[in-house]
Amino acid sequence: MRRTGSWLWLVLLALVLLAALPLAVSGYILGVLTLAYYFGVFSMAWDLLFGFAGEVNFGPTFLIGLGAYAAGLLNTAGWPIPLCILAGALAAVLGGVLLALPALRLRGPYFGLITLVAVLLLQQAIVIFAGVTGGEIGLTIPDVISVDAGVNYWIALGFMAISGFLLFGLARSPVGLILQASGQDAVEAAALGFNVTKHKLAAFCISALFSGLAGALLVFYLGTASVGTVVDIAVGVQVIIAAVLGGRRTIVGAAIGAIFLIIAAEALRPLGQLSTLVVSAVALLAILFLPDGVVGYLLHRGRTP
Amino acid sequence: MSNTPWLDVQGLSKRFGGLVAVKELALSIHPGEILGLIGPNGSGKSTAMKLIMGIERPNAGAIRLGGVDVAGWPAHRIARQGVGIVFQHSRPLHRQTMLENIMLALLPDSLWRLRADRALIARAHAIGERVGLGAVLHRYPNTLPFADLRRLEMAKAIARDPKLVLVDEPFAGLTAAEVGTFSRLIDGFRAEGRAVLLVDHNVKSVAALVDRVLAMYLGERIAEGSAEAVMRDPVVRRVYIGGAIETQVRTADAAHPAAPLLQVEDVTVFYAKAQALQQVSLEVREGEFVSVVGLNGAGKTTLFNAISGLLAYEGRVLWRERPLAGRSAAAIARGGIVQCPESRELFGALSVRENLDLGGQHQPPGESRDRLAWLLDLFPILKTRATQAAATLSGGEQQMLAIARALMMNPQLLILDEPTLGLAPVILEQLSKALHLLRETTSISVLLGEQNVTFALPHADRVYVLEHARIVWQGAPARFAVEAGAGYL
Repeated sequence: MRRTGSWLWLVLLALVLLAALPLAVSGYILGVLTLAYYFGVFSMAWDLLFGFAGEVNFGPTFLIGLGAYAAGLLNTAGWPIPLCILAGALAAVLGGVLLALPALRLRGPYFGLITLVAVLLLQQAIVIFAGVTGGEIGLTIPDVISVDAGVNYWIALGFMAISGFLLFGLARSPVGLILQASGQDAVEAAALGFNVTKHKLAAFCISALFSGLAGALLVFYLGTASVGTVVDIAVGVQVIIAAVLGGRRTIVGAAIGAIFLIIAAEALRPLGQLSTLVVSAVALLAILFLPDGVVGYLLHRGRTP
Repeated sequence: MSNTPWLDVQGLSKRFGGLVAVKELALSIHPGEILGLIGPNGSGKSTAMKLIMGIERPNAGAIRLGGVDVAGWPAHRIARQGVGIVFQHSRPLHRQTMLENIMLALLPDSLWRLRADRALIARAHAIGERVGLGAVLHRYPNTLPFADLRRLEMAKAIARDPKLVLVDEPFAGLTAAEVGTFSRLIDGFRAEGRAVLLVDHNVKSVAALVDRVLAMYLGERIAEGSAEAVMRDPVVRRVYIGGAIETQVRTADAAHPAAPLLQVEDVTVFYAKAQALQQVSLEVREGEFVSVVGLNGAGKTTLFNAISGLLAYEGRVLWRERPLAGRSAAAIARGGIVQCPESRELFGALSVRENLDLGGQHQPPGESRDRLAWLLDLFPILKTRATQAAATLSGGEQQMLAIARALMMNPQLLILDEPTLGLAPVILEQLSKALHLLRETTSISVLLGEQNVTFALPHADRVYVLEHARIVWQGAPARFAVEAGAGYL
């Protein structure tokens, strides 16, 4: 328990320092970090499913994209921003339930395959209904939350912090314990009287809620929604790599991994095409040599002599 | 004991494809009664237990719990109806402490329980104390011995206050002292008026505890009654005992020892801080059959894995007088040292035939065909199972397949790690015959690791006793009983 306490203080200290950042750095850096924080939420929401419920969701962007496009489309229809964000989150949860209900019946890799197919379906739907969605060019959103880089930064940081505390708290709660048991050994969890499907479905909904919220907030920051930024498989892969890199089953690690990936990609931008290659190679090495992720490794080292 | 049974099973049947696992089974248990459900491997006893728990769905029949028919219900609803199960293999949450693992079992199946209250923590403590985990409640499962993990399983089962407790192989892998503790715990269930079902291989291990025994064979009930009556039952005796296992003294020339094949010299292995092997030395000569006997945890598997190149060690292992250090596990296996591991490691989704063919990959086609024919003669059951997926075989058949696959690799030294683990006597006898044939008709040397001394001794030319990571005795099997037998258990 004392370990958790000291970690908590460390995280709080880091948050205070990050919150003070707009006083010291340029708008460009704030912009990069704002994007990174939304990615942090994507990865944390994904870790709840993979790390705790034991289900590999290869389509985090199905949930993110639903939230982003639902919010964006309703905004073009004239809805105010807060309602659009709520509707985006709701759309992600609804889509998530429709997907998970049949998919959770399947065992092993089939759940993952279904989530992967769902992303392709969403992507195709967006392209086919280009008249409404903007297709491959993307959807331009009439409103933005703010034009001030600092305000956008604080919103993203605050959102990530709140999401992180909620998801972390949930993972550490009795419900999180049941979820872990369901993920690790569904037979034993059922024999203890737990409805495994119910708990996994709930986890999927919560993951969808945070993914959808983050997706909706992101489009109101960027001012556009496009397949390349919120739906493409490559975006989903980045979310997954971030979570694995940071540390499975840690929640916090997923956010750290996402921030690292976005910053690294930006820092290496002068390398052009090579930057993606370098970032991917670093991620690959980290996963090969630290399969528990960076945060997982630090925690693990502390426990076993 | 009341007059109406709490569990009442009628006409229960379960088929897996063409295999009838349970056929028209009827059984009942009263509150405060312990029923032993026994049968050799593949008899359907484990399936029967899974059907009652709802882990498998029956094809036909009724399972009444206090009058409610729960046949076909999902496991979590049957659990809430008052059924708890103690699994044979414990699978705790490793990032949680023992206490948190017990708390898990106490939680309601709710999505809104976000804090564990004091009462729940106190109850988890009390249950932990009751099963003897009081001193280790704040430790993590992977730092604790096997017996404590079994206690944890027991704690989780009783946390739900079940009216019916199913216990799968209550004493497997436990020492005599631990068996006493677990017997008292199970006896406590009876005193509290719970109905208990003990599932085990044989009557002997549960005889002292049970009120009644039901023996199964090939999915059907073959006998029921008191432990003594079932033990005397002629059908049960035939199923279990078959022919007696005899000791065989090799007629070969003992005065001229063959060349050494494998020499293990002062091998030491550490797992983190724990010493798993301490300066172990042994030798296997050409054509010899050597047994290493020792209890679970003595270090047998570690020794074999060191020889097979699966883990790092200090000391030397020589194969035909050349050191093996630095060679990969695959190279060592191709070189003639083939291990048939305790966990069998079959390819479950592949058929029996495919598993065997994989073992013969490195042999010339003609030779591999001959070996296959010879092995199907040695284990005829594999012939009838040739197209079946390995995972669907019974435990005994899987063990035979694992040995046959190892033999397909044309070993000069076959390492058999605990081949009898979890197998019924009738299967042991078949295995024993196969080993006898192997010793008499081939030049293959065998290094056998066993807990079961009566199985390990008859074929052995020499015996080593491994205890707490060290070799404590070695000699001829005939001298074992006098010199080492008393201290073995």
